[in-house]
Amino acid sequence: MAHNITMTVNGQACTGSVEARTLLVDFLRDHLGLTGTNIGCDTSQCGACTIMMDDQAIKSCTALAVQADGREIMTIEGLATNGDLHPLQQAFWDEHGLQCGYCTPGMIMSGVGLLDQNPEPTESEIRHGLEGNICRCTGYQNIVKAVQSASQAMKGGS
Amino acid sequence: MGKYIGKSVKRVEDPRFIQGQGKYVANLKLPNMAHVTILRSPHAHANIKSINTDAAKAMEGVINVFTGQDLIDGGVGKMPVIWQVPDNKIPDRWPLVPDKVRHVGDSVAAVVAEDAYIATDALDLIEVDYEVLEATIGAKATTENGKPLVHDEIENNISFKWGLGDREACDKAFEEADHVVKLDLINQRMIANAMEPRACAAQWTAATEDMTVWTTSQNPHIIRFGLSAVTLPMLDEHKLRVISPDVGGGFGSKIFHYPEEVIVPWIARKINRPCKWVATRSESFMTDSQGRDHVQNCKMALKSDGTITGLYAELHADMGAYLSSIAPLIPTVICITLFSGLYKNPGIWGETTGTLTNTVPVDAYRGAGRPEASYLVERLVDVAAQELKMDPIEIRRKNFIGKDEFPYQTPVAFLYDSGDYHGMFDKLEENADYKGMRAAQAKAKEDGRLVGIGIGGSVEASGYGPAATVGALGFYGGMWEHGAIRVHPTGKVTVFTGSHAHGQGHETTFAQIVADKLGLDVADVDVVHGDTDLVTQGMGTYGSRSAAVGGEALSNAAKSIREKLVALAAHLMEVSEDDLVYDDENGNVQVKGVPDKSKPFAELAFAAYSGHSLPEGMDPGLETSAYYNPGNFTFPSSAHLVQVEVDKDTGEIEIQKYIAVEDCGNVINPMVVEGQIVGGIVQGVGQALYEHGIYDDDGQLVSGSMLDYTMPRADNFPMIDSDRIETPSPSNSLGVKGVGEMGSITSPPAVVNAVVDALSDYDVKHIDMPLTSEKIWNIIQANGG
Repeated sequence: MAHNITMTVNGQACTGSVEARTLLVDFLRDHLGLTGTNIGCDTSQCGACTIMMDDQAIKSCTALAVQADGREIMTIEGLATNGDLHPLQQAFWDEHGLQCGYCTPGMIMSGVGLLDQNPEPTESEIRHGLEGNICRCTGYQNIVKAVQSASQAMKGGS
Repeated sequence: MGKYIGKSVKRVEDPRFIQGQGKYVANLKLPNMAHVTILRSPHAHANIKSINTDAAKAMEGVINVFTGQDLIDGGVGKMPVIWQVPDNKIPDRWPLVPDKVRHVGDSVAAVVAEDAYIATDALDLIEVDYEVLEATIGAKATTENGKPLVHDEIENNISFKWGLGDREACDKAFEEADHVVKLDLINQRMIANAMEPRACAAQWTAATEDMTVWTTSQNPHIIRFGLSAVTLPMLDEHKLRVISPDVGGGFGSKIFHYPEEVIVPWIARKINRPCKWVATRSESFMTDSQGRDHVQNCKMALKSDGTITGLYAELHADMGAYLSSIAPLIPTVICITLFSGLYKNPGIWGETTGTLTNTVPVDAYRGAGRPEASYLVERLVDVAAQELKMDPIEIRRKNFIGKDEFPYQTPVAFLYDSGDYHGMFDKLEENADYKGMRAAQAKAKEDGRLVGIGIGGSVEASGYGPAATVGALGFYGGMWEHGAIRVHPTGKVTVFTGSHAHGQGHETTFAQIVADKLGLDVADVDVVHGDTDLVTQGMGTYGSRSAAVGGEALSNAAKSIREKLVALAAHLMEVSEDDLVYDDENGNVQVKGVPDKSKPFAELAFAAYSGHSLPEGMDPGLETSAYYNPGNFTFPSSAHLVQVEVDKDTGEIEIQKYIAVEDCGNVINPMVVEGQIVGGIVQGVGQALYEHGIYDDDGQLVSGSMLDYTMPRADNFPMIDSDRIETPSPSNSLGVKGVGEMGSITSPPAVVNAVVDALSDYDVKHIDMPLTSEKIWNIIQANGG
């Protein structure tokens, strides 16, 4: 049976007709064409598919599209404003916080969620805050530095 | 060093990744595209008595279902093994198996349907009648008489035996040794787990018989050759385009020619629709070629003063159920050739038995044979230090090949190009404050804390490799690289490389090389890779070869461009070429000593294309290509020092300090190099502490998900202190050595050495990786807590 759903994605109202079992990540990627959110595993372990739902960073491979009905969603595509990179995107670039780039959208969205809740995290808080996201390339070091650097930049800007 | 080489230029590939615009195969959507799923064997070893696909075919939305026999009847070839050692017994491997499954995850049937959900549902409707057979597991155990045969024609499940070294000198060393250290080691099964699961898409144009295949490969040209020459011989190479766009990590696991790269284009052609298959992570665990898995019985001969005189090792390497593309290379040529390590050692002998088991095939995984060698050497040296009561750095220094002894011929084939092992360890000791750390450790131990310091040092062969050498050792192709430079009429430049980046940053570093060699702004140089129609030839990226081989090809191509520009400028300015100089700063060609008499790069580029006035015999245009076949491998080296503390109550290991010094020769982009080193170290620590592909006796992969297969996470590490020395490689004009694998080669023994050191008050000589807290806790308990 098809379910009609409506949600705000990156500031725009979106509607769709989905099966009850349709995963949110598949809805974003296949129905809306937002392929910036990647799929890295099928057990909710890797965090590549992390997005923001109502200001909470969630793993969109373990949420159903129907659960997002009426919610506000932000994906990596919606993070930059008017062509200006979000400070965390900029910091990932400046600090060499990515190599193959596959975990990056999810990692950045987790970082956004982390900084929302804790604008000035310690190194240890960053490391714990990102332990739900796996990166196989960087060894995490420059990702941690990127979050530190974005935290400083956002502090300066506020 | 130029304007860019040696500088941490920010990566030009990053803007698309940080904004979610990466072009991964899974993102591809073509009109009328169908989706392919593959039925995987639930059994490790079974005969397929029958397959009934009727119900699946009848399901709404299913386009068709194919079995192994369908593909064989449809003309597919067997999966090729493109590196073979002498007397190698090669088992048959079909893209879809027709009669017998040999590992959990073996491909049994393929569904093509309107979407991925339907294609997945239909798998459940395929009825397969299996006759389940006993499985055989374990690199060494599988060779015992009476074990089930994975392939009936391969006796005792032994695919090959291969040895290298000076057996006589080795035997003599052990006869005359003052001290012999013996170790039985297991280098466990590893699973690469690149974050992007493999994927393949294909589009067939029936009218023109053109095929395009998109695949997550580290080397699309090799896949093009494999498909057209072997597995899909009905496709002509010149009408086959293979594209590996953005690839989300490889670590070796995306080198190989995989069955899905045959199945998907075959179906696309058969049904005349574009098709796509994307692996689930479960499929990645069951089908991506895995790594390591050796049983190593080894010993080292020494004099009482710590001088190493010999090394003997017998390896049993578990190759899995089939030989993956270059699998025979990994535990043989690429491994035993590094048994000399950083040391002078006259008496080395190593031999490998490659065995077949009912497990996923094993092939290259980051380091690929070299971590297996360095682990064995560095564990033996460390235990020798322990037994001879020497400091672990002191015993290493006693045996180092001296800075002035390069090029150095080892007894295991390699001619090391350059290095300064003492200098590297000087820097390591200094950066770590080694003496201070040892003093603090002694104090901590007095306080009852289990603090350990571990040392690891390695050299590896990178920059694979001289074509004649790799050919003589069993490779079917060459390991040269191809590069091309196209200067456009406006003076902007497109660079084409046969290397492939899947995280390494070639779009930046190769642009740095070409910009420097032509005196251009790096922003005016664009790098293209990963498409066989755009890049005419290539060998791809593995064996830490891209900079040393691919970069050198581009450097050579740039030389030809410069020569043409100088000849053209001489003609236009009516002066002799000898009176001209190429300005490395801005690409202008100017009269020597008269800077205002010059021709700008862009003006010359336009003149080359206008062709209005060219020297006699010069063709219009400004583009060139070069092949570079290296004369030798390059030999990067590294020194690591790690401090761990073991929690007595839980057995948990905390990494407290990690200091690394690497020598990868000259450096193109220090930021990228450090990223490779730190990433490699963490991956190697993953092997030392966490990761293990465990099969039970029935051949089921027990750690077959990211829930069960533990990988390093952000909170497992402190900041790693990474530094470098530079001994330029004489093997290429850039002076570079490979760096992508070094971290993962040196870190496993360094970490194990540290943990054994932490437990020095207990009766511990060796602990097999991964050093789980359970293993450590049991050791502590067995020794009275």
